[in-house]
Amino acid sequence: MTTNELLFLVFAFGLIAWFVGRARAASFINADTPIINSLPNYHGWFSCLWAIIPPIIFLIIWSNISPALVTDMVLANPEAASITADTFSRSAILSEARAVANGSNQALFQEGSEKLVPLYAEAQSYYNSIALVATILLIFAGGAFAYTRLKPNFRARSKVEKIVMLGLLLASLIAVLTTVGIVASLIFEAYRFVTLVSPIEFLFGTNWNPRDDIVAGEDNGYGAIPLFWGTIFIGAIIAMIVAIPFGLMSAIFLTQYSSPRFRSIMKPVLEILAGVPTVVYGYFAALTVAPAVRDFAVMVGFSNAASDNAMAAGIVMGIMIIPLVASMADDSIAAVPGAMRDGSLAMGATKSETIKKILLPAALPGVVGGILLAVSRAIGETMIVVMAAGYAANLTANPFASITTVTVQIVALLTGDQDFGSPHTLAAFALGLVLFIVTLLLNLVALRVVKKYREAYE
Amino acid sequence: MVEQKSGSNTIENSDSTHKITARNVNVFYDAKQAINDVSIDVDMENVTAFIGPSGCGKSTFLRTINRMNDTIPSARVEGDIRLDGQNIYDPAMDVVQLRARVGMVFQKPNPFPKSIYDNVAYGPKIHGLAANKGELDIIVERSLQRAGLWGEVKDRLSDSGTALSGGQQQRLCIARAIAVDPEVILMDEPCSALDPIATAKIEELIHELRGKYAIIIVTHNMQQAARVSQRTAFFHLGTLVEFGETSNIFTNPQETRTQDYITGRYG
Repeated sequence: MTTNELLFLVFAFGLIAWFVGRARAASFINADTPIINSLPNYHGWFSCLWAIIPPIIFLIIWSNISPALVTDMVLANPEAASITADTFSRSAILSEARAVANGSNQALFQEGSEKLVPLYAEAQSYYNSIALVATILLIFAGGAFAYTRLKPNFRARSKVEKIVMLGLLLASLIAVLTTVGIVASLIFEAYRFVTLVSPIEFLFGTNWNPRDDIVAGEDNGYGAIPLFWGTIFIGAIIAMIVAIPFGLMSAIFLTQYSSPRFRSIMKPVLEILAGVPTVVYGYFAALTVAPAVRDFAVMVGFSNAASDNAMAAGIVMGIMIIPLVASMADDSIAAVPGAMRDGSLAMGATKSETIKKILLPAALPGVVGGILLAVSRAIGETMIVVMAAGYAANLTANPFASITTVTVQIVALLTGDQDFGSPHTLAAFALGLVLFIVTLLLNLVALRVVKKYREAYE
Repeated sequence: MVEQKSGSNTIENSDSTHKITARNVNVFYDAKQAINDVSIDVDMENVTAFIGPSGCGKSTFLRTINRMNDTIPSARVEGDIRLDGQNIYDPAMDVVQLRARVGMVFQKPNPFPKSIYDNVAYGPKIHGLAANKGELDIIVERSLQRAGLWGEVKDRLSDSGTALSGGQQQRLCIARAIAVDPEVILMDEPCSALDPIATAKIEELIHELRGKYAIIIVTHNMQQAARVSQRTAFFHLGTLVEFGETSNIFTNPQETRTQDYITGRYG
């Protein structure tokens, strides 16, 4: 029996346990005890959960360890002693024999795997029967344990709720643990990279032209400063020059000047802008904005303007960020107490004086927090820059030149055939780690600023 | 409900001695009428108290006098309100100038999140009342002195206005209002968020300020109205029930509704 069939079995027994537990609880209700502690349904759930959770946990563990057990058993057989010792072809032979034994593969290509097929089939049926027995034992043990506990005054309801709570806790842990795992793998691979290439070259070098044949003590072309500069130039400078004024002004207009009717139309439209897939912005940047910017640059005298220029990517990224800045600024301005605005208006200040001198200064921390979040979003943004920005690592402040970013280079490093252990691939992890640390810090600072500001007015 | 007018509500033709004359004022929030045909006169060097139960329209009426109701899109004002004989709802009237002449202090102290100095200097700066820093310093000091706050804050003018205590904040707001040298000061329940000691200080301040301004104070506290005002207007359900000398209103009210309210039968 495969794991799926076993799982099906477990759920079938779980259903039976539910009915049995419920019927048992219902039988408690009679003239002497008209009310039992928990509704029969809870008794049913209690029995069901006890019948299914232990075998499920067992099956999860089993599905992880059983392939190793099966392989060990196959290799213990004298017939398997003859296969090659080369790690790579050895694992190929074993996995092919396993696939044929499972029935998921028909033909045999690897030399020497055909004699392993019956061994695999035998070992697998041996361990499968162990799994079947263990599963059924666990189902009945759990079910029986639950059954003996069912009594009229048994608090099945609170027990079930506790289990549900544990389930919720587990669900929330998965997100946290995944993050931890991703960070750990980033750190681990970045460490491997650092053992190959000096971190000083990586963090402070200005020559980005990655080579695979690493020579210690020489410039190997892993200087990431041009990438960091490109990321900051496109994401934090050009994009913000576009996003901050437009976002802020639209927030001021929406909160202070627009009629409620106009606002009720404009806000959803802005939110739609935030929902446009970045790849669509990417076409727009690469096909429309970039040529236009280049033509403009050539017109004003930059004869060497590139078609994959930083300006186009930055402008489009800024447009993408406008809704984020606008909605954060909108929230912060709207959170300034009305009394503050009234106080200023009652002093004879005009609306724009009130906005400039009272509302914006008071909303500033929230606005700054929003801008930091926007920057962190912009520097992590990939699609627009991959499509519109260049691949050439130029360290220049000329916005019409081709400039690359960290995310573009990560994509470039990982595209195509690459050995997982090569410095190329590992460099992508190191870049990813730097990007992660920077965006994490930006987010932390931004959230702190915003939170502090919220507290100030509550 | 014109027929509900009381004697003092039917003063005809303002003579020019009144600072503010309001005639047949109606205020609507969309279709709902909040103020019903109110006519009233306010004099300089006088404190006029508006009393009445919650929701009677006294704050709404107060806010028509410096056109703060303009900030509420659904509000509509009808009738005639004159400041020194000039109709304040005339399109030619500059609302910025009006509010410089008619200052306002709110229910909850609302200092700006700026320094104490900048709070007071805010009005003079936007209206260009000081030619240089020296003049501004003089205005700030004089306003704080008049608001009775100078002694407490003179060593920490650069501290945030929001760091002061509630009573100090409210006096700061009064200082801020008088810094632009208004003629009328509107006070919308200025003590309702304050403790008794801070309240006593504000009342004392109102006494002192009376000599220079026309003050209108909305209050829930009838003792306060009796203590600080010379004339009292009693509002009920959006109408002006009775308006007259404070001593008369409290000792010898003409209307049974006034009598019932001040003796605590409702409200």
